Amino acid sequence: MGKLFSAKNKEVFSTPLGLNNPVTVQVLGICSALAVTSKLEPAIVMGLSVTIITAFANVVISLLRKTVPNRIRIIVQLVVVAALVTIVSELLKAFAYDVSVQLSVYVGLIITNCILMGRLEAFAMANGPWESCLDGIGNGLGYAKILVIVAFFRELLGSGTLLGINILNHQWLKDLGYVNNGMMLMPPMALIICACLIWYQRARYKELQEK
Amino acid sequence: MNTNSNSYTIIYASVMVVIVAFLLAFVNSSLRDLQGKNVELDTKKQILSALGVTDVKDAEKTFAEYVKSDIVVAEDGTTKDYDGKFVTAYEKEYKENGRAHVFVCEVEGKTKYVLPVYGAGLWGAIWGYVALDEDKNTVFGTYFSHASETPGLGAEIATSHFQDLFIGKHVLEGDKVALSVVKNGKVSNSDFEVDGISGGTITSVGVDAMLKNCMSQYTNFLTVK
Repeated sequence: MGKLFSAKNKEVFSTPLGLNNPVTVQVLGICSALAVTSKLEPAIVMGLSVTIITAFANVVISLLRKTVPNRIRIIVQLVVVAALVTIVSELLKAFAYDVSVQLSVYVGLIITNCILMGRLEAFAMANGPWESCLDGIGNGLGYAKILVIVAFFRELLGSGTLLGINILNHQWLKDLGYVNNGMMLMPPMALIICACLIWYQRARYKELQEK
Repeated sequence: MNTNSNSYTIIYASVMVVIVAFLLAFVNSSLRDLQGKNVELDTKKQILSALGVTDVKDAEKTFAEYVKSDIVVAEDGTTKDYDGKFVTAYEKEYKENGRAHVFVCEVEGKTKYVLPVYGAGLWGAIWGYVALDEDKNTVFGTYFSHASETPGLGAEIATSHFQDLFIGKHVLEGDKVALSVVKNGKVSNSDFEVDGISGGTITSVGVDAMLKNCMSQYTNFLTVK
């Protein structure tokens, strides 16, 4: 067990959650972060789906890495990701139909999520399956974390609910002059919240700032 | 082994594709029944939504409560009971099997008729259900949905704001379907016409065409009192 959770492996897992976050630091996967974050539930499902797919794809590619012909390695990576995405999408349709309707095309678009291809090419092609698995989970959760934070603010301020449960829609709040901000439900607001997160992170961790 | 030779690359790619194809085919066929069931429940929820019944927990039970029978209407307006498998693709059903379905429902003791409609919007398919009162002419409620209309514009057809505009309108003028969606702000005959969505013109036109095309299949059924 000592080796499985060595300091290096812990780092592989934890940096994507913080200082090397795929969304706020590497600015990858922004497209889907805009699209599925108007409600908390699809954001959570999307985050989990990406985490599972990144972890499995990383493991599969890491196992195959010594056999993959160099000239078609991107194609091999794409086929693996596409197969996993199709399976996840079929599973969602079978077991979480409402969510799959809400996510609609974005599940399919996980294939084009830069985080996946980036991790496969940069990490899984050069590391063992266990490290790759940790890296995949770490990056997936790093992505999910940002999605959930953005969706939290957008659903709370835009619809006054969280996971569909009423939080702010009360008559006394309306009497005080509070109204839900419909603008929060528009995609640009996801970008603005993302930018605020990046701002916060850079202000807090000076090492992220360019000289 | 030389993993860069041509033959290795070609064999590698072929084997990989075959394995992946089998895997996906297996997943698809083992989940098909569950997925079909979900589509069926979703269709039932949509039909209930046209009747103004929303927030359905157990679609199967509620559907059985409100929907009394599923009938097929022939060209000349005669009907017969349909007792086959519940249908979810009404366009295919009409074109391939020549069956136009009507759901006879009961809401608060009054008979309602729900007609499925389908057509094309700007980017993809649109579909819906129109519930009519006992007189087979007054709209009791509608439900519309879409595959990929523009959010905020065409996609507004899926909101209750748009769907509720239809309530109380009439369908037939003589033996023609007169229920229509017109350009926003141009309603001249509020008995039959509904405001379209500004910015969603093509989708609005699509809804209009969908209502006319699909409901005209039922003209003879609707005029028999």
